[in-house]
Amino acid sequence: MRTSFTERALVTLSPGGWRALAAFLAVMLMGVPLLHLAVPAGSPLHVSDYVVTLTGKVLCYALVAVAMDLVWGYAGILSLGHGLFFALGGYAFGMYLMRQIGTDGSYHSTLPDFMVFLDWKTLPWYWQGSDHFWWAAFLVLAVPALVAFVFGYFAFQSRIKGVYFSIITQALTYAAMLLFFRNETGFGGNNGFTDFKRILGYSVTAPETRVVLLGVTSLALAGTLVLARWLVTSRFGRVLAAVRDAESRAMFIGYNPLWYKLFIWTLSAALCGIAGALYVPQVGIINPSEMSAAASIEIAVWVAVGGRGSLIGAIVGAIAVNLAKSWFTVSFPQYWLFFLGFLFIAVTLFLPEGLVGLWRRVQAHWAKRGEAMEWPPAPLEETAKPVASTVVPPPVPVVPLTEERPA
Amino acid sequence: MKKLLFALLLACALPAWSALDPAVVHKLADDDSDQKIAAIQQLAQSVDPVAERLLKALSEDGVYVSGDTVFFSEGDKPVDAVTGKVIATPASNDSISINNRVRGVLDGALAGVKLFDPDAAVRLAAARALQEKVTPELIPLLTRAAKAETDAKVAPVIVQLLAQANLKNPDPVARLVAVQALAESASPNTRSLLLPLTDPATEKDDKVRAAAQTSLRAIDGKLAWGENLGRVFTGLSLGSILLLASLGLAITYGVMGVINMAHGELLMVGAYSAYAVQSLFRHYLPGAIDWYLPAAVPVAFFSAAIVGMVMERTVIRWLYGRPLETLLATWGISLILIQGARTLFGAQNVEVANPSWMSGGIALLPNLVLPWNRIVIIGFALSVLLLVWGLMNKTRLGLFVRAVTQNRPMAGCVGVPTQRIDTLAFGLGAGIAGLGGLALSQIANVGPEMGQGYIVDSFLVVVLGGVGQLAGAVYAALGLGIVAKFLEGWAGAVIAKIIVLAIVIVFIQRRPQGLFALKGRFADS
Repeated sequence: MRTSFTERALVTLSPGGWRALAAFLAVMLMGVPLLHLAVPAGSPLHVSDYVVTLTGKVLCYALVAVAMDLVWGYAGILSLGHGLFFALGGYAFGMYLMRQIGTDGSYHSTLPDFMVFLDWKTLPWYWQGSDHFWWAAFLVLAVPALVAFVFGYFAFQSRIKGVYFSIITQALTYAAMLLFFRNETGFGGNNGFTDFKRILGYSVTAPETRVVLLGVTSLALAGTLVLARWLVTSRFGRVLAAVRDAESRAMFIGYNPLWYKLFIWTLSAALCGIAGALYVPQVGIINPSEMSAAASIEIAVWVAVGGRGSLIGAIVGAIAVNLAKSWFTVSFPQYWLFFLGFLFIAVTLFLPEGLVGLWRRVQAHWAKRGEAMEWPPAPLEETAKPVASTVVPPPVPVVPLTEERPA
Repeated sequence: MKKLLFALLLACALPAWSALDPAVVHKLADDDSDQKIAAIQQLAQSVDPVAERLLKALSEDGVYVSGDTVFFSEGDKPVDAVTGKVIATPASNDSISINNRVRGVLDGALAGVKLFDPDAAVRLAAARALQEKVTPELIPLLTRAAKAETDAKVAPVIVQLLAQANLKNPDPVARLVAVQALAESASPNTRSLLLPLTDPATEKDDKVRAAAQTSLRAIDGKLAWGENLGRVFTGLSLGSILLLASLGLAITYGVMGVINMAHGELLMVGAYSAYAVQSLFRHYLPGAIDWYLPAAVPVAFFSAAIVGMVMERTVIRWLYGRPLETLLATWGISLILIQGARTLFGAQNVEVANPSWMSGGIALLPNLVLPWNRIVIIGFALSVLLLVWGLMNKTRLGLFVRAVTQNRPMAGCVGVPTQRIDTLAFGLGAGIAGLGGLALSQIANVGPEMGQGYIVDSFLVVVLGGVGQLAGAVYAALGLGIVAKFLEGWAGAVIAKIIVLAIVIVFIQRRPQGLFALKGRFADS
């Protein structure tokens, strides 16, 4: 029997999950604006510019982490090139923001400053249409998705997987970084895009704009979370997990892994593009260093810290690592790399399921405390099992695993 | 008696014969630069040795006027410019100053005078120096020099010079001969000299234009040789660096299936060992500073090897069967090593100097110089390769390493201590990376982040060559190096890099197992 769409949509999150999501949105859409705009700056309840920007930035990273978790945690594809898709989205939207500067740049030209500097007279062809918000919004989705689709199609078709795939994604983003570093490429070279003035005619630095951008980012994150949750709990998600855990078997049953992998890979890239587009107006700069190998690997670490194969884990990991980074780079800049390095090692060695796994272990420990269990409650072998076993399937109505859906 | 008389006569005649024309000498003191230039050119034609001394003094601003006497100082003594004899110091004097235009002519004239030096080496050097600033005014001098020249090495250079000078001769026949003679040259300079002669706007004579085209083609052919050989050479040198960087990686990846993202930082450890040894030599053995590099070889190998073995024992060993996590953990190690280098040696690049025996190079062709440091690195890479090959194929350790690479459980069953082999293999791979870093310190900047730039490249080499294949790594490294350098000549460094990455990505898609795939039962495991 087929259940209605709303019914299935509702069960993607548990009632508690829906409540938490609603609370999160309430804070971001109402609490923060109120505390930022209405409460005077001197008051201890006032939320400062810094906090609003930082929150927006971290939420963008959380969105990237969810996108990363979709491919790594649920499809077993470790990408070391997600920074590229993030940056492509950022650049696509940055083009629009650059055009919004109009003649307010330091050269008072209709062209962006760096083009005046290069002595260019007209916009290159790929800048055509960048004046229009909707065209930019389209590019934000289309460019990363197209790059990912083409790259992924060839990679998955030749059945490249594991570390080989990771390495060539790294080579891809490295090549793109070199390309964007060139001044002649037409994206501002080394400095990238910065000094934005307006978005849709409103000042980028105005408190109201910041609050609205934060709100849009929170909505995007919440939407992505629900979409991702729905995807991974659907039949599609279970085929994906099968491909991850035993690709050959999934093929023998009759599924073509190419399209499953390609879909999740392309979707993930497009989500990264959205995150990049939201990141640029809030942080105020986009440059090729976002495509460095280090930036992409850091994304993988957020997911690993939070717990891969768990969407909430990805968000928690991104928030935790980035808040730690903000604190470290201000307080002990020289120790940040040490901390990050040890974090990489400690998480992979001792927390294969990340913070979420730790939380589950603690919960299990408290639950079984009456039975006088020793710490750790679970032997180490069990924690090293494929992550699939930890994804608790929600009560989805059972659909037979055939290609034809019952009417 | 007659002989004595003759000798006396000769002695009287000599001073008269050796004196310069006073009118010419006095023109030097003229305020007009054109007059000065004319005087210098006339002096340059003179066979009198005083002329050379005078011109040399003039180039050192040591010529003075006192009333009617022009004199120059030579070893703090005033010498009369006309007679070449030491005179009493005049009461007053004005220095003759020359501007840049005059100085250019003067330098040419001085080099022209040196063309008649008895020493062939001096003549050759003078002729080489003249190549840059030959003018039509030098034609009579050069003709004389060409006639007088007997040395087989110097003669062709002077003939070239004469041809160069004749290019602007108003007589088309002289130009034609000159253009044809220049076809023998292989210098980029001659090319730019001939180029205007192919243009109808500057050259009216059809025959000369046609001859210039032919000569240009001949020169281009020779230049292309030099350029292409140069590219092959720089490609080999880049390839040998890539080889040193990736040999170690090929071993660790082959044996343990582990992607070591900290491999670039092992290069850095090697490079910093070179720096440390250099500093020690500067401090304690300044006399033997040229020999710090051989002393740094074992230091670089063992320091990197120790870092590698510690990594293997503490982290990588615990992550077997989880290649993706190993990738993250080793990246963490690389961050710690980078920050460690920053804390120890500072965030700035440190200076590692080439020993004096590595500076300079061999000039094979006018546009091809092979620098010694690159030659040494190619030789070093070759010897490391030989050593590794011997180690892998002729020793017990190598046998065990190959056994573990092919089939770990079976090797363990027949008594190979797989865990110890892992540690040793990792140490070996890391040590070779240290040697690569040592080589790198001689041609690249040494800084905390130097390893990051090589990690992607060395992975591409390993992946391209096929996992666990030394031969594959060799072909892939040298091939990538040479292809990269040729593309660089054609499209510029950045585009070349992007094209190489694109080629490798496409290649891996076609042949995921690399150039030299393992065949048989374990190929797909």
